[in-house]
Amino acid sequence: MPQIFHRAFNTISVVSILGVAVLAGLTGGGLYLLVRSPYTTGVGVTRDQPIPFSHAHHVNELGIDCRYCHTSVEDSSYASVPPTKTCMNCHSQIWVGSEMLAPVRESYRTDTSIEWNRVHRVAEFCYFNHSIHIKKGIGCVSCHGRIDHMHLVRQQNTLLMEWCLDCHRQPEKYVRPRDQIYNMNFKPQDAGYKNQEEMGKALVEKYEIRSKTSCSACHR
Amino acid sequence: MATVSPLREAKEGEIIAPGHTFGSVTDKISDIVQNDTIAIGWLASLAFAFMMLNILAISAAYLLYRGLGIWGINVPVSWGFAIVNFVWWIGIGHAGTLISAILLLLRQRWRTSINRFAEAMTLFAVACAGMFPLLHMGRPYFAYWLMPYPNTFGLWPQWRSPLVWDVFAVSTYATVSLLFWFVGLVPDLATLRDRATNKWTQTIFGLLAMGWRGSAIHWQRYEVAYGLLAALATPLVVSVHTVVSFDFAAGIVPGWHTTIFPPYFVAGAIYSGFAMVLTLAIPVRQVYNIKDFITTTHLDYMARIMLTTGLIVAYGYGIEAFMAWYSANKFEVAVMQNRFTGVIRWEYYMLILCNVLVPQLLWFKYVRTTPSVLFVISLIVNLGMWLERYVIVIGSLTRDNLPSSWGRYSGTIWDWGIYLGTIGLFLTLLLIFLRVLPMISIFEMKTLLPEAHPHGHGHDTKNHGHQESVK
Repeated sequence: MPQIFHRAFNTISVVSILGVAVLAGLTGGGLYLLVRSPYTTGVGVTRDQPIPFSHAHHVNELGIDCRYCHTSVEDSSYASVPPTKTCMNCHSQIWVGSEMLAPVRESYRTDTSIEWNRVHRVAEFCYFNHSIHIKKGIGCVSCHGRIDHMHLVRQQNTLLMEWCLDCHRQPEKYVRPRDQIYNMNFKPQDAGYKNQEEMGKALVEKYEIRSKTSCSACHR
Repeated sequence: MATVSPLREAKEGEIIAPGHTFGSVTDKISDIVQNDTIAIGWLASLAFAFMMLNILAISAAYLLYRGLGIWGINVPVSWGFAIVNFVWWIGIGHAGTLISAILLLLRQRWRTSINRFAEAMTLFAVACAGMFPLLHMGRPYFAYWLMPYPNTFGLWPQWRSPLVWDVFAVSTYATVSLLFWFVGLVPDLATLRDRATNKWTQTIFGLLAMGWRGSAIHWQRYEVAYGLLAALATPLVVSVHTVVSFDFAAGIVPGWHTTIFPPYFVAGAIYSGFAMVLTLAIPVRQVYNIKDFITTTHLDYMARIMLTTGLIVAYGYGIEAFMAWYSANKFEVAVMQNRFTGVIRWEYYMLILCNVLVPQLLWFKYVRTTPSVLFVISLIVNLGMWLERYVIVIGSLTRDNLPSSWGRYSGTIWDWGIYLGTIGLFLTLLLIFLRVLPMISIFEMKTLLPEAHPHGHGHDTKNHGHQESVK
């Protein structure tokens, strides 16, 4: 009886068995990387804005406090994006002729909001509240990174659930004194602690932090 | 159809009719598959089954479009037909595994005629069962969340939940059953490859046979692999339905929270499984004229297993009632009162009739060896086992601890559509299987022949398992 298959099939059959395993591994590994990549999470992607507002300039160089613009961050779930009037507090006096600021003046004159492009987008099925995080001693920099070094803002962290849980499961790794929330350069040593570990343990106790990891804490 | 015919019909105790030879066994079984004519009866059956399968397609599509609201489930009955049907189908599968694994290890040689067929039934039943948890999720495209993989939520599945154990129990069961079935098929696929007359079937069977040449080393490896898989599958006969019963028993709903559930579920599974094997085997042996392979002795043996497991199930029902009384737990008493005289009573009476009373006929040899009567009883048991799950799921959920959380339940047309649809899926797969693969293990059947046990070496023929058979 003649052979049904060419002798090459001996090799093909072995390769196909190994190939399936390799392919499955590569697919799994590829998906693992893809869902955590900047392409999916947006980490490190600088977004264009209608006006090239520089946090680096306003915060780092001029020393304006975060709360000057983000007024409701201590009392509300929403930190708030400032109205044009806040810009005009200064810019009605300085750089009044700047070409770059023309859209700000235009917005002020016509009483229409500037449409900024959102950078940090938390999924809609998640409840997030800025004020409780501030009150329990989580600094701006812990989530937003060195905003004071960014010209245009980009996302520093993935905002994936595993990232939220990383802190919620061990807040001592990130907590800081309440009076250092807005300090971008804070180190545990500045407050007289040896390191974050020592400070974290002390502050978790002091602030009575019992961070929630139950589903309904965020998925309400 | 082959022209081979045995000398006479098989007598009592014979598991293959005398007169067959190695050649006639091969011819008879493979001719069912390698036959150029398509029987009109088969085609009509397939058309009917396919029509029922389309009911599943329509019901499932509409379910995905509209959501779970089209089913009868709501608070308090959030487990309706889907769970009833899931348990029913999974239970049916168990007979196949028992026949192929446990009866193999126990050297019950009569299993040879029915194991291939029963394993296929297991696979198709598991496929049907698997539909229900998926569809019940509402968002089936997130089914992979049940698997422990490094997800972006930073979460693992809830290991304390029996529902997660269920995922592993059922997926392991499906995998092992598929492997067991396929490994057992390989020598027969090679036979079909060698007998194939056209290029296409030769290539397809050739690919599936994976280069089987029937050399001694092939047989040696085959025996090792098959034995190992049998050993793997054996605990699954017990574990899978035990875990399914945990879905209920680990909950604190009255009527579910009992320790009798695991053994009683396993017995029920084997009971319903053998009923389904009989429901299918009786018409199939008639239509394909293979009564010389699936003899009345086989029917008798299967009926005996059904009677035994049926008695265990009946004992379970008895213990449920006894424990309700003996524990003096008023919620357990209420569950039993609900079954005896409450809203679920008609279903419960029917269940007792189908599962306990009618099967007592199996004590009579006449009933066990008369295919038509046995067929009717097997259908009744199938119905009874479905009702059992219905009483457990619906009965307990509609009458919870608090009267304020009492409710009513009835399946909608879409519940029925999906249930009937899975029967269509099952029958479609089965009919295709009957036509394209050997429904009886050819090479194992040969081990039942006298030629497979040559005398003259001082061996006792009775001690020849198929392990030592002529290759």
